[in-house]
Amino acid sequence: MDNLVYIFFSALLINNFTLSYFLGLCPFFGVTSKFETAFRLGLANIFVMLITSISAWFLNTYVLVHAPYLKTISFIVVIASTVQFVEMVIKKLSPPLYRALGIFLPLITTNCAILGLALFSTNRGYGFVEGLIYALGAGGGLTLALVLMAGLREEAELSSIPSVIKGTAMNLIIAGILSLAFMGFAGLFSS
Amino acid sequence: MASISDPENYYAEFIKGIWKENPVFIQVLGMCPMLAVTNSAINALAMGSATFFVLVGSSLLVSMFKNVIPKQVRISCYIIIIATFVTVADLTLLAFVPKIHKELGAFIALIVVNCMILGRQEAFSSKHSVKASVADAVGMAIGFVIALFALGAVREVLGNGSLFGYSLFGPNFEPWVVMILPPGGFLMLGLLLLFFNWIKEVRERAEADLDATYREEVA
Repeated sequence: MDNLVYIFFSALLINNFTLSYFLGLCPFFGVTSKFETAFRLGLANIFVMLITSISAWFLNTYVLVHAPYLKTISFIVVIASTVQFVEMVIKKLSPPLYRALGIFLPLITTNCAILGLALFSTNRGYGFVEGLIYALGAGGGLTLALVLMAGLREEAELSSIPSVIKGTAMNLIIAGILSLAFMGFAGLFSS
Repeated sequence: MASISDPENYYAEFIKGIWKENPVFIQVLGMCPMLAVTNSAINALAMGSATFFVLVGSSLLVSMFKNVIPKQVRISCYIIIIATFVTVADLTLLAFVPKIHKELGAFIALIVVNCMILGRQEAFSSKHSVKASVADAVGMAIGFVIALFALGAVREVLGNGSLFGYSLFGPNFEPWVVMILPPGGFLMLGLLLLFFNWIKEVRERAEADLDATYREEVA
């Protein structure tokens, strides 16, 4: 149980996917101009990560033992098609949920954070439950980063900033400061 | 497209990736791998050469098969081609430089989702001849390697006081450890982009001034 708590918080805060592994930077800079969108994208991300974690576990346990060199290819293909499939199921079963998450799902599939999650959790040899908890923590961490970034950018929108620094340069520097703040979580667990 | 047999055209395709359309500094693509692995110059170079190989290889293959690949499933086909080359690069690095491979870890496999590579296939290789695509890919890849190396070298010099592992400043140098940690990556790339924006703006302003004086003279 302690182990699971540790996995969750380490993925959520200490080794935050976006701010310390640099994964999922495209949405982090691309769609964080509005708080609402950022939050929904984060939720969609958690969802896709949970599916990814399940499919990565199945692949790793039943297929990749026989052909380890297929790891990269099979992960990307299987994850993309599973997400596509789940998207169709949601569209059929729950239109409100589809409207909330739907448009983001295909975008997220080829996000580095998704493939990164699959690779990291299999490299560390996580089991099924550990993988799910890890996915939940990583997705939560990504959502947290997206939401924080969106909030900061909405604030920055209102202040007068020299045109040279506006845009990606400013966002990167904001991200640097956020990442610096997240380093403070490094001492959260003493082990 | 009109003068594709023109030898100068290849040169133009090649040169644009290095500066004018630099994938990192101008287009801001492919950030995930570049920030994570640029904490030292040697890691940056290893990552750069792996990306070089993958980009040129997949551009070659995509442009060769562009008439065979059905339009509806082209993205999936590109991804599978890219993933194949990434697997080759991954295993090659593991065989020849296991130490660097260990440091780069999962980030080599993550070249698959480098948006820069898929972007080149979709925007260029799928529409142009084999030679032009390779010229474009080589140029873009060199631009990417330059950016990676610039970032990696600056971060290693500031954060560790060394370059390629050789100490530069002697034992009295107090390293800025933050530079080799994740925040340093964001800050450094932010500052580099700021620098390029500044150059661009100064140049535009100079051109506008020149234009204005020219108009005055004509009037």
